[in-house]
Amino acid sequence: MSTDSKGLTAWLTTEEPSSASHAAFQNVWHVWTRLASNPLGIAGLIIILLLVFIAIFVPWLAPYSPFEQNLRETLVAPNSQHLLGTDELGRDILSRILWGSRITLSIVAIVSVIVAPIGLIVGCLAGYYGGWLDTVLMRITELFLSFPSLILALAFVAALGPSLNNAIIAIALTQWPPIARLARAESLSLRNRDHISAVRLMGASNLRIVLSHIAPLCVPSVIVRITLNMAGIILTAAGLGFLGLGAQPPSPEWGAMVSTGRRFMLDSWWVGTMPGLSILTVSLAFNLVGDALRDALDPRQE
Amino acid sequence: MVNQVEAAVRTPRRRPGLRKYRRFGGSLFSVVTTLFLLVLLTFVIGRLMPVDPVIAVVGPDADRATYLKVRQELGLDLPVLQQFWIFFKNLLHGDFGSTLLTGRPVMDDIARVLPATVELATVTIILGAGIGIPLGVYAAVNRGRFADHAVRLIALLGHSTPIFWIGMVGLMLFYAKLGWVGGSGRVDLFYEDIVPNVTGFLLIDALLAGDMDVFWSAVSHIILPASVLAYASIAYISRITRSFMLEQLSQEYVTTARAKGVPRRGVIWRHAFKNIRVQLVTVVALSYGGMLEGAVLIETVFGWPGFGQYLTNALVIGDMNVVVACTLIIGCVFIALNVISDLLYKIFDPRIQ
Repeated sequence: MSTDSKGLTAWLTTEEPSSASHAAFQNVWHVWTRLASNPLGIAGLIIILLLVFIAIFVPWLAPYSPFEQNLRETLVAPNSQHLLGTDELGRDILSRILWGSRITLSIVAIVSVIVAPIGLIVGCLAGYYGGWLDTVLMRITELFLSFPSLILALAFVAALGPSLNNAIIAIALTQWPPIARLARAESLSLRNRDHISAVRLMGASNLRIVLSHIAPLCVPSVIVRITLNMAGIILTAAGLGFLGLGAQPPSPEWGAMVSTGRRFMLDSWWVGTMPGLSILTVSLAFNLVGDALRDALDPRQE
Repeated sequence: MVNQVEAAVRTPRRRPGLRKYRRFGGSLFSVVTTLFLLVLLTFVIGRLMPVDPVIAVVGPDADRATYLKVRQELGLDLPVLQQFWIFFKNLLHGDFGSTLLTGRPVMDDIARVLPATVELATVTIILGAGIGIPLGVYAAVNRGRFADHAVRLIALLGHSTPIFWIGMVGLMLFYAKLGWVGGSGRVDLFYEDIVPNVTGFLLIDALLAGDMDVFWSAVSHIILPASVLAYASIAYISRITRSFMLEQLSQEYVTTARAKGVPRRGVIWRHAFKNIRVQLVTVVALSYGGMLEGAVLIETVFGWPGFGQYLTNALVIGDMNVVVACTLIIGCVFIALNVISDLLYKIFDPRIQ
């Protein structure tokens, strides 16, 4: 095992990478070592991994059902039976929070999966082709950027009707513009490079150049950008839920749970406080990781 | 938010041989097209509605004749392009339509609720900039030390806290438990409508009327929502200030100033800080606009009768005229702030001439 890992470390740190994928692995390893030296970033990563673990295994972890009502035990303060107390319908708050992790994670995942390709394509097309296409696409991008993301999402959800799916669509609509602008900047600097000229001389079409030679090179920075935005996505989703425009009851969405807790806050503090704490913890974790990732990738710190 | 600042703080492009007038004309053109696109976007949002607005007015049981009549009154039988043209023309006349609920013009309602939000945002930005900027400078000067990490953690927490939740916890703690601050609304119930409404800003109105009881009641009501909102902007302003300061402190003129014996305080404030003032104005202006976003969430929590609560109520009942008007206004505020901060750059930064 020790020789194995030594061999792996040597392979990852050798001065002369043998292939492109080897170099890519080395790059990832290099970023990882710098990320690993940041204790706050690691703390954030552990919280996120824990969240993923909870979301996967929640049927076995949650002590009660998130929907089961018990009207004889409503608004019970935290005790040994109900670690975080119960809400106004006697549902166990801890179980609801644990199940809520699935909603939060799926919002983040779906939004990222929708947003990345859209932003990438729009940005690469604008950056590579330039001219009027660039002007039109960037004007639209700037229009979306000139809004605070929550307001735009609110307007879209109000128009589409409140539901979790529409909240996801609305958040995605507000999240692609920064990605597009980033991808545009990258493609602008890429389009006159020698390897692109070489491909063009070999007769590749413009579309082929964009899709298979420029877009892939923009992917790493897009991933970083999305990681940085994840905390914002979580907070926007929670805000929509709080205003009653996201996931609808009885689904255990954290923002909506805070909204319920507000009605009982004077007598039963735990109903709204606990789900809010979980939103805070998770978005802090994403912020810590994003921050550490940005530091690790910032070449100025070399 | 960060993106908006990146956009506003971007380094000026150098285009040799460009006339000042052409640049002015170009930016005017881009503002006008952005405004037009904004109107188009809000129009599209207004028409996205899956619920039939006619049924919302006449109810599901109305007979066909009534339905068609209302549909015609709302102008929904016209071609979409013509509908857009009417929408656009009305906007140019300052007509945003009327609310579905009361039938009052939306514009009047907004003029009525806006001062409460502007008052809240102004107190907030004073707190946010007054605390955030010194914190950021302090962190930059002590880069890598404990103070820097502490400020960074404060800022990260501020970026991660759901503002509606911290507002609620604040109310539970400082109002219900400790009784240090006022509860919901702008002022205690029995002080309401005592001072004449001159400016719409209750703090100023109370001072003008010389009624200190009302003034202190208003202060006790505004301080908690303003602090909660300010926390988010402190987080944001302090981080940006820190990175601006770090950039300046690494410049050679700072080394020169130090070498010739300028005291530390002088180097920091008179040399380095002086150079980031213009950038900071931009940041503060944009986070002032960002208050509108925070206001939507925080006003609901604190029962603050402002723009945010007005919008939230409209969202809940699906009053799209109000939603569209509010979205349009917020968009315009942001575009205006961007234009103003661009102008400030051009006026105050001698390098851009």
